[in-house]
Amino acid sequence: MKNKVINPLLPDLYRIKKMTRETYDTFTMKLYKVNGEMPPSFKAGQFNMLYVFGAGEIPISISSDPHKSKTLLHTTRAVGTVSKAMGKLKRGDQLGVRGPFGNPWPLDESHGSDILIVAGGIGLAPLRSAIYEILSKRQNYGNVVLLYGTRGPEDIIYSNEIEKWKSEFDVHVTVDHTIGNWNGHVGVVTTLIPKATFDPLNTTAMICGPEIMMRYSALELENLGVRAEKIFVSMERNMKCAIGFCGRCQFGPNFICKDGPVLPYSKIKALLGIWEI
Amino acid sequence: MRSLQSVLEKHKFFEGMETSYLELITGCASNVRFKTGELIFREGEIANHFYIIRQGEVALEIPVPGRGSITTQTLGEADVLGWSWLYPPYRWFLNARALESVRAIALDGECLRTKCDEDPRLGYELMKRFSYIVMQRLQATRLQILDIYGNRVNEGHEE
Repeated sequence: MKNKVINPLLPDLYRIKKMTRETYDTFTMKLYKVNGEMPPSFKAGQFNMLYVFGAGEIPISISSDPHKSKTLLHTTRAVGTVSKAMGKLKRGDQLGVRGPFGNPWPLDESHGSDILIVAGGIGLAPLRSAIYEILSKRQNYGNVVLLYGTRGPEDIIYSNEIEKWKSEFDVHVTVDHTIGNWNGHVGVVTTLIPKATFDPLNTTAMICGPEIMMRYSALELENLGVRAEKIFVSMERNMKCAIGFCGRCQFGPNFICKDGPVLPYSKIKALLGIWEI
Repeated sequence: MRSLQSVLEKHKFFEGMETSYLELITGCASNVRFKTGELIFREGEIANHFYIIRQGEVALEIPVPGRGSITTQTLGEADVLGWSWLYPPYRWFLNARALESVRAIALDGECLRTKCDEDPRLGYELMKRFSYIVMQRLQATRLQILDIYGNRVNEGHEE
């Protein structure tokens, strides 16, 4: 019998089952494989390369439940040429998918620890898979806290799920700016960190958002006594091949597509403040 | 008075402060409550107090003509509200509004300033603690100003 050779550079054909508007510029696509096969299994934190025909290919983190593998969920913000074209796709439209790629969040390695999740903006998308995984094995973890910050109340994604999560673990949402009817917290997400309930000596922190937000969150966590090796960030850089060949995503000695996107803060701490990299 | 002092000595802001100073500070303290929506202080008014929030959320607001009241920050349980009492001209530069029922300990600024003038070591202690809060809020404001979630074109890795 001949073994099937998988070419990581060749996309599979997927179709959009559902397109959900999360905010004015952010949407979630539910995808299934056109040939009827199950999508490949993935771990929370990994990403796929999504190919919009005629526009180009971009890396997007998987935001679905790793245990519900019939379909894939990808949440994207329309900011560039490809993502804007993606945002115009409709139910039934096709796109190419390669993956999954990259290092996942260290969930198996964090059994017995408190979990502190710090998300900024659309950075909640790659962390949603981790939240599903944690909730499916809740007994394996100590206190679980989600701190989520966005620009304004209109930028909050997964609002219905966030409300549900509030009954299952510690969830705090903050916005940077607001006018009007918002009665929640206002201030950058880093201001929530000192108030969160976790044991700094026995906590795994997982951070995803704009790089500067991750840097300051990590600094705040270190100030509180969390070791840099226990702080994980999900990095973004220009990725093309996604398998460490092309070198486009090189970040110091690391290839973000292969060594990341999830990396221990201790490994990249010294590089984060260098804007030229 | 004793119960107020025990609340203050457990608060992070007063951590490590000498008991004699805590006794002096407690002499300027009183329990206060604010109803939902009530203004705790208003921009331009004389700043005579600062508050240790024990329960509830407080919004710091700047009224902007034509745009409404912009909330720049919210403070909650265990936060310290107000530092204008410590620096001339002792006037609030924004509004503070109770977003829900708020319980707090109010510390009389004039009373504290008198005690600080009499004992500069107490003044230095308080100044150090308030400077730390000012520094933290300045850092947070810097990040807010950066508008880090703003539009940015990087098709390399969009989550």
